[in-house]
Amino acid sequence: MIANTVAAVLVVVLIAYAALAGADFGGGIWDGLAGSTQRGAAPRRRIDESVGPVWESNHVWLIIALVVLWTGFPMAFADVFTTLFVPLSVAALGIVLRGSGFAFRSQLRSLRWQAITGGVFALSSLLTPFFLGTVIGAIVTGRVRGARGDPVTSWVNPTSLLTGALFVVFSAYLAAVYLAVDSERAGEHQLRAYFTRRAIAAGGCSGVLAGITLAVLHTSAPRVFTNLTTGRALPLVVVSVLAGAAVLILLVLDKVRLARPLAALAVAAVAAGWAIAQYPYLLPPGLTIAASAAPTGTEATELVVVFIIVVLVAPAFVLLFRLAQGGHLRDSEAALAGTAPQTYPAARRAARSGTPRQAGGSGGAAASADAKRSASTATFPHPRLVNILLAAAIAIRVIQRLRGRAGRPSG
Amino acid sequence: MLKGLAIPTIEVVPARAQMGSSLGFHIILACMGIAFPTIVMIVHYRGLHRHDETALLLARRWSRVMAVLVAVGAVSGTVLSFDMGLLWPGLMGRYGSVIGIPFSFEGIFFLLEAVFTAIYLYGWDRLPPWAHFWTLVPIAISGIFGAWSVVAANSWMNDPSGFTLTHGKITSVDPVAVFFNGATYYEVPHMILAAYMVAGGLTATPYAVGLLRRHQDRYTRLGFLVPFATAAVATPFQIGVGDTAARAIASQQPVKFASMEYVATTSRNVTEWIAGVWYHGHVVAGIPIPDLDSILVGFSPHTLVTGWDTVPVALRPPFPTMIHLAFDLMVGIGTLMLLWGLWLAWSWWRHRDLPGGRLGQVFLVGGALSGVASVVALEAGWVVTEVGRQPWTVYHLLLTSQAATPASGVIGTLAATLVIYGVLTIATFAILIVMQRRWQAQAGEPEAEIPHELHAGLNALRPGALRRAGRPGVRR
Repeated sequence: MIANTVAAVLVVVLIAYAALAGADFGGGIWDGLAGSTQRGAAPRRRIDESVGPVWESNHVWLIIALVVLWTGFPMAFADVFTTLFVPLSVAALGIVLRGSGFAFRSQLRSLRWQAITGGVFALSSLLTPFFLGTVIGAIVTGRVRGARGDPVTSWVNPTSLLTGALFVVFSAYLAAVYLAVDSERAGEHQLRAYFTRRAIAAGGCSGVLAGITLAVLHTSAPRVFTNLTTGRALPLVVVSVLAGAAVLILLVLDKVRLARPLAALAVAAVAAGWAIAQYPYLLPPGLTIAASAAPTGTEATELVVVFIIVVLVAPAFVLLFRLAQGGHLRDSEAALAGTAPQTYPAARRAARSGTPRQAGGSGGAAASADAKRSASTATFPHPRLVNILLAAAIAIRVIQRLRGRAGRPSG
Repeated sequence: MLKGLAIPTIEVVPARAQMGSSLGFHIILACMGIAFPTIVMIVHYRGLHRHDETALLLARRWSRVMAVLVAVGAVSGTVLSFDMGLLWPGLMGRYGSVIGIPFSFEGIFFLLEAVFTAIYLYGWDRLPPWAHFWTLVPIAISGIFGAWSVVAANSWMNDPSGFTLTHGKITSVDPVAVFFNGATYYEVPHMILAAYMVAGGLTATPYAVGLLRRHQDRYTRLGFLVPFATAAVATPFQIGVGDTAARAIASQQPVKFASMEYVATTSRNVTEWIAGVWYHGHVVAGIPIPDLDSILVGFSPHTLVTGWDTVPVALRPPFPTMIHLAFDLMVGIGTLMLLWGLWLAWSWWRHRDLPGGRLGQVFLVGGALSGVASVVALEAGWVVTEVGRQPWTVYHLLLTSQAATPASGVIGTLAATLVIYGVLTIATFAILIVMQRRWQAQAGEPEAEIPHELHAGLNALRPGALRRAGRPGVRR
């Protein structure tokens, strides 16, 4: 059925947005948590370099999702935007501030203004996924009813707030994993360790929070809960848990490269699981995909558009990501405080040639920069040891949480 | 309080104000997104093809400007997508399956534009020079087709077609007829040409100011000439398209046309009013030209022109004065830009140079104002088409009051929109000025840490370089 196909496309686009743009929001969150100007200089530069070339392209998937929703399922779109006027308005303004804050910061040289625009970037990176999450929470729990829906309690309720928090930690988790991989590619071992630790922490939090959210769905959305835990969506939950666990293990073992696709898979499986658990309802409890679908001519057009996107845009995206990850895309006048553009090619050479110390011997200013870099890596506590300790701490916390929860009724 | 929020109230005015301000802000950046890559492409091509370091330096700097404007444009465009649902759920719920079709195609071009813009902006010094240049081509093309798609959605609201309504519900949709509705053929070229005029005018402005301040170097001249000439080339076409558009509106939306031209009663030998205010049934302080309006509509003084008396008061657009003056302002600015373009063409043909002497200063003042003027004309044009369509959102099918949201928070989001866009406008200008200062400082002390490739370009800026390098565009 064509409407179901368009709905599936919508889910895929949302997953693309979550897995790609989610990490850009996460980059903003880590940027905000990176500490003082001096201490945070290196991670901020890494975030700036990784997010800069891709965030706009990633962001466009949200627009595609909105357009597919309003074209393919107009009544559902109108209902969502009427009931959830408040969180969606905040999210829209957050999107504006995130994008412009980030773009402005990379053009500014004054430290004070970098801090201000960077603060805007960080704060809006935190708010936007949170409010988008509350929207999903409101939909899952069947609180979207157009003008009859409650403008406040539809999104201010345990499930919505938890989903909002879940979106935030998912974003931070994906970002930390991606940034760790990017750091490794650039030969920045200290930064790789820095982001790996954060990826482990955020991954642990994601798992815990996902579990709590699932438990809350038991009362707030029983049908979805049943489908997720015992029904047709269970395989996806299993995939997500396995992928998430595998990522944690890989991170603890300091093998970051494989972690990137698996982390994305863990998040994607959650989103797909939600969609399958909710099927055939677009807006529970009453509005099904079939009932809200546009006429066939429109749905067919949407599929044509998606076909063109797959044929034309997907290769362009592959090109963009390959160039970005191959170090071919970089701000020609690097701007962030503490940036030393000259060291970058040297670092890449170092990464290629294996040990930084050897490359450091090749002479010149780049050599001394490399020597500094490798020296600081050497004095740093061994990353694997830190990771194992962190994973243990998280595991203990998870067990405590679960024990604490077992006593109380779910929800 | 919460119960009060739940009662549906119609707040059309704040919703329209929010849509108007969001669109009015975004459209300027959209123009830069559509046309600026072409202007950058011209200087970049020149730079590579003729090994012209000055042109390359311009391209490099303009690409940094592009980075800021594209980012702000992308996010402010997203707000418009949100606004479609936040402000107009009545429109989207009923007609989303129709109006969404052109928007869907826009999505393709937006994605392509975003990807290649990123590659271009971050590809300096990293990609092979010509491969880097070619990434501009998909940006420019997708800008044009993206504009086509979005404007097709707007023109559909002016001339809705391509669907079947049964008992108030859309039962079948013909995507081709939706996309190529009766108003696209003039609205789309009108907007795309406007984008070239706005982007050309805005880009030329700082360099015109530089020339007025006697920075007669090659860098400044090239920075003025390329964008200004682009705008000048677009202008005559724009006037032709605008003339066609006015005639089409006279037949498709006669009441809108009547408001544009102060036609109160349907009649022949209709007077064309230049400027003037509609006051108690009369035009005050306007310049009348007898019969001209009839001639413009049907090439004959006896052409019958429909007046707004053909529809009840409730179905007429508000403020005919605003619509008429906005229309005249747009046409007036367009005409001035045509004159300025002809002036440049004449001077270039005779002297291979910008107009000189005291009159040359007047020319440059016009050039310096062309950015602001073209933006004013652009906004005025949108006022004409959007206010002129009122009280309809979808012409003859859906009233704006039916389209607006019942949610009661619009006043709050309107205030937030105005504050944030106000700050954003100031910040964007401030950043561009900061960038310009930095570049000027670099030109003053080229020994500072500037990448090697910039160095050669900067040498061209020094006094005396002009004589050495020759003047732009001179081929003998």
